[in-house]
Amino acid sequence: MIKDFAKGLWRENPIFVQVLGTCPTLAVTTKALFGLSMGLATTFVVISSSVVISMIRRFVPEQVRIAMFTVIIATFVTAADYFLKANFYTISKALGPYVPLIVVNCIILGRAEAFASKRPVFRSFLDALGMGLGFTCALIVLGSIREILGSGSLFGVRIMGKGFTDWIVMVLPAGAFITFGLLVGLFNVINNKVKKKI
Amino acid sequence: MIDLIIIFIAASITSNFVLAYFLGICPFIGVSNKIESAVGLGVATTFVMAMAATVTWIVYHQILVPFNLIFLQYAAFIMVIACLVQFVEMVIKKISPALYKALGIFLPLITTNCAVLGLTLFMVLRNYKFVEAVVFGLGAGVGFSLALVLMAGIREELEYANIPEPLKGTGITLILAGMLALAFMGFGGLISG
Repeated sequence: MIKDFAKGLWRENPIFVQVLGTCPTLAVTTKALFGLSMGLATTFVVISSSVVISMIRRFVPEQVRIAMFTVIIATFVTAADYFLKANFYTISKALGPYVPLIVVNCIILGRAEAFASKRPVFRSFLDALGMGLGFTCALIVLGSIREILGSGSLFGVRIMGKGFTDWIVMVLPAGAFITFGLLVGLFNVINNKVKKKI
Repeated sequence: MIDLIIIFIAASITSNFVLAYFLGICPFIGVSNKIESAVGLGVATTFVMAMAATVTWIVYHQILVPFNLIFLQYAAFIMVIACLVQFVEMVIKKISPALYKALGIFLPLITTNCAVLGLTLFMVLRNYKFVEAVVFGLGAGVGFSLALVLMAGIREELEYANIPEPLKGTGITLILAGMLALAFMGFGGLISG
C-alpha cells in the first residue's frame, strides 16, 4: 500500500525518471508559483480520472478503452480549467493553453493504462496521489531554480542582493531545456551513489 | 497573402512549436535517434496537424459556437484528433502498405502528441480565419518536422562523442535542445510582431 504511494515520489518519479509529461514541465516553470499551480491541477486530474477509471474497469471493452479514458480525462481537465478561470484568473491567464493540454499529458493516460485499469480503487488512488505529488515537487524544484536565477526572486519575493544581474536565459525556452537536462543528470548521479552504498 | 506567409514562418521557425512552445517534446526526445524515422514521423504528423486544424476549425465555428457547446471544446477536439489519426492510419494502410510498415508504431502515437492538440487550442485562442488556420497547421507541422530531423542529425553524430555517464540519453538530449532553442532565437528578428 505504502509502496503504491511512495514510488511516484522518487523511484518512479514521472518527470526525472520516466521523463513523461515534459511539455507542461518546461513551459510553465518560469516562476515557482506557476509550477505549483500546474502541479496541483495535474494532481487533481490524475487522481479523479484514476479513481473513475478504476471503478469502471470491469465494464470497459478492451478495444475502445483508450477513447473512453481520454474522454474521462478531458472532462476532469475541463472542470479544473473552469475552476482556475473562476477563482485564480491571473494564474489561469499565465498558464494559458497549457491547462487544457493536461488532456494529452502522458502521465495521466500512462497511469490509467498501466495501473488504474487493472487495480482496485483505493490502490489506484494512492498511486495517482504519489505520481501527482512527485510531479508537483519536480515542477516546484524546476520553477524555483529558474525563478531565482532568472528573476532573482522566489514565489515573487526578491531574495537576491542588488548586485545580482538576472540571467535572462533562464526565463527563455533554452534555459528550461538546459536546467531540466542538468537536473536529470543530477538525479542519475544521486541514484548511482545510493545504489553503490546498498 | 502576406499575412499567410507571416503566419507560416512564425509557426515553423520563429515560434517553433517544439523549441519555443515546448509542444511535442515526448516524440522529440523519443523518436530522434535516427534520421529516417524522424522524417517519417515528421511527414505523418504534419499531415495530421494540417487536417486537424481544418476539421477542428469547422467543428468549433460551425457546431460548438452556434449550439453554445464551448465547454465541450477539449473533449470534442481530442475525439476529432483521435478519429483523424485512425483515419490516416487506415488510408495509408490501404494506399501504401510499404509506408505503413515504415511508420509502424509512430502512427497511433500521434494522438497523444501535445503539438496537435496545442495547435487547435492556439488556433481558437488567436481567432484565426479558416485559411489562416490551415496555413497555421501546415506551418506548425513543418516546424515540428524541422526540429525533429535537426535533432536526429545531431544525435547520430553524438554516438561517437564522449558524454559524461549521468547525462547519457535524456540529459544530453535536453541540453542539446536548449542550444537548438538558442540558435532558433536568432531568427527572432525575421518578422516583427
